[in-house]
Amino acid sequence: MSQTSVTEHIIPHMVDTNKPPVIILDKVNKWFGPLHVLRDVSMTVAEKERVVVCGPSGSGKSTMIRCINRLESHQEGRIIVDRTELTDDLRSLDTIRSEVGMVFQSFNLFPHLTILENCTLAPIWVRKMPKAAAEDVAMSFLTRVKIPEQAKKYPGQLSGGQQQRVAIARALCMRPKIMLFDEPTSALDPEMIKEVLDVMIELADSGMTMVCVTHEMGFARQVADRVVFMDRGEIVESGRPEQMFGEPRTDRLKLFLSQILRGH
Amino acid sequence: MSQTAATADKGYTAARERPPSSVAGPVAWLRTNLFSSWLSTAVTLLLGYLILRVVISFISWALLHAIWSVPYNAQGQPDTSACIDARGIGACWAIIGNKYRLILFGRYPYAEQWRPAICVVLFLALYVVSAIRAFWRPVLVLIWIAALAVIGVLMWGGTLGLRYVPEDEWGGLPITLILATFGLAFAFPLSVLVALGRRSRTLPAVRMLCVLYVELIRGVPLIALLFMASVMFPLFMPEGVNVNKLLRAQIAIILFAAAYLAEVVRGGLQALPKGQAEAADALGLSYWQKTGVIILPQALRLVIPPLVNTFIGFFKDTSLVLIVGMFDLLMMGKVALSDPPWQSFSTEVYLMLAVIYIAFCFAMSKYSRGLERELGRAHRR
Ligand SMILES: Nc1ncnc2c1ncn2[C@@H]1O[C@H](COP(=O)(O)OP(=O)(O)O)[C@@H](O)[C@H]1O
Ligand SMILES: [Mg+2]
Repeated sequence: MSQTSVTEHIIPHMVDTNKPPVIILDKVNKWFGPLHVLRDVSMTVAEKERVVVCGPSGSGKSTMIRCINRLESHQEGRIIVDRTELTDDLRSLDTIRSEVGMVFQSFNLFPHLTILENCTLAPIWVRKMPKAAAEDVAMSFLTRVKIPEQAKKYPGQLSGGQQQRVAIARALCMRPKIMLFDEPTSALDPEMIKEVLDVMIELADSGMTMVCVTHEMGFARQVADRVVFMDRGEIVESGRPEQMFGEPRTDRLKLFLSQILRGH
Repeated sequence: MSQTAATADKGYTAARERPPSSVAGPVAWLRTNLFSSWLSTAVTLLLGYLILRVVISFISWALLHAIWSVPYNAQGQPDTSACIDARGIGACWAIIGNKYRLILFGRYPYAEQWRPAICVVLFLALYVVSAIRAFWRPVLVLIWIAALAVIGVLMWGGTLGLRYVPEDEWGGLPITLILATFGLAFAFPLSVLVALGRRSRTLPAVRMLCVLYVELIRGVPLIALLFMASVMFPLFMPEGVNVNKLLRAQIAIILFAAAYLAEVVRGGLQALPKGQAEAADALGLSYWQKTGVIILPQALRLVIPPLVNTFIGFFKDTSLVLIVGMFDLLMMGKVALSDPPWQSFSTEVYLMLAVIYIAFCFAMSKYSRGLERELGRAHRR
């Protein structure tokens, strides 16, 4: 039941690579009370694919990405992550959560734990890793995000850019197969955006499957295999970044692009 | 000055030394705080005079003209005429010397009063150990259970060659400490569970139950609850089953305190940003891992001041058990004053009781402030 192969019919916004899809959204619908926030959202993400999701504020980007690791539950349609269908079944939830890492706009580090403890917490409690091994792993990832020297500090003592890099390291310590990013640079001061994007670019180069909500067009051009444009709860258009930004097909995307270009 | 200027980077304003402050020193402090205008000078002088008068007359009453002991006649009856002559002029501390064991230990058999005395010391040791953060680990639960057992053995006796003393004969400070300590020690974990239950989204039945519990208990005065526990509760019990009075009052206090504490804890849970729980969820932590490692440590730290406020309130509210005929510290003060020769010296007795209550409450509030500071230092925001 939960081991589902690719669905029978063709899903729009599907990848044209021959790698197997690791995330499948099939006609997903979600409501917050009367508010219809996801409308027949369908797409797939292939293994090692890097997808950037963009769209106006309130268009349902966060909601969609949060459905992928079931921080929100959908009401209609199917979501299949790494061959496990997301249902109310708790076991499938545990599997998904430990295989999908998430980075939030507001970092959400645990302020009462040190940087190192933030990173070792889940490996120790969820993966049952011995403390020393978990610390080794954490230090290696903190080195990769270039802040090993902050390990003993508390989140409140770090700058926003440093905190977000810790949040990325914390997610990576669980060795996820998929990483989700929800506007990881939107809460940062301009001079700190680059240090976070650099870490994300390096992660993309290492072959991680990534779904990233962001308006950083430069980042999208550089790393995205595909850009997905959402508006009012539906996926309007998707394609390669140069095609999406260079020759948008729909008026809604044209409007959106003109708005963010003016903003920049 | 020249040094700092020399080390400054070209093109930047050099750092300067701070100008000497004109508002330092005790004289300046006095001037700004007490004598800043003629009105404040007048108020300062008037209040200073009043405070001085009160302090001087208290010292004169409590120390200079106090009577520290009175003679006893052949039958062992005190002759309090000296005290009565000195009323209003000097304190009669002789009553404390005569009655302190009655007040502290109640009607506990006189020769056995070393047992409740040890219990009081054990309680104090328990507080100190629990206050030290190095002991905040599972072993603390074992320490508490062991202390509870030792206190039970000492108070009841009946084993190890100790005489059996039924709890009807207990009284004074041990009763107050037992009710307050075990009341709060059980009410606190219960309140955390109730607060969590009240916020449960997946278990609506549990949530309803917790809401019902809090609202019902909060809607009833503690005195009514104590009456119910002591009068009504036995009526519902089957013939022959007799839960003792102390335990019944203890349970009533636990249930009452837990309802109040649960609301305090819930306040802390609500104040925590939603992102914390979401981050824990996203990392795959289970509900209890998330609650125990992420949510509660932060939520409880936020509510230390109102928690301690409630603790202090309940420490004093234990004195309400005198309503159901239990002899706590306050009640023993009343009992001591009912002895005819000493009847008119209530000021001295209540002063002593106040000092004891203040000592405990002040220690609690002092500790909580220290704890707040210590935990706050860990993560400056
Ligand atoms: N928990 C919630 N309860 C009710 N409405 C919500 C909730 N979260 C988001 N919404 C609404 O759903 C819509 C989509 O929100 P979101 O997915 O956050 O958009 P985006 O991330 O694209 O800005 C918005 O209109 C928002 O107000
Ligand atoms: Mg969003």
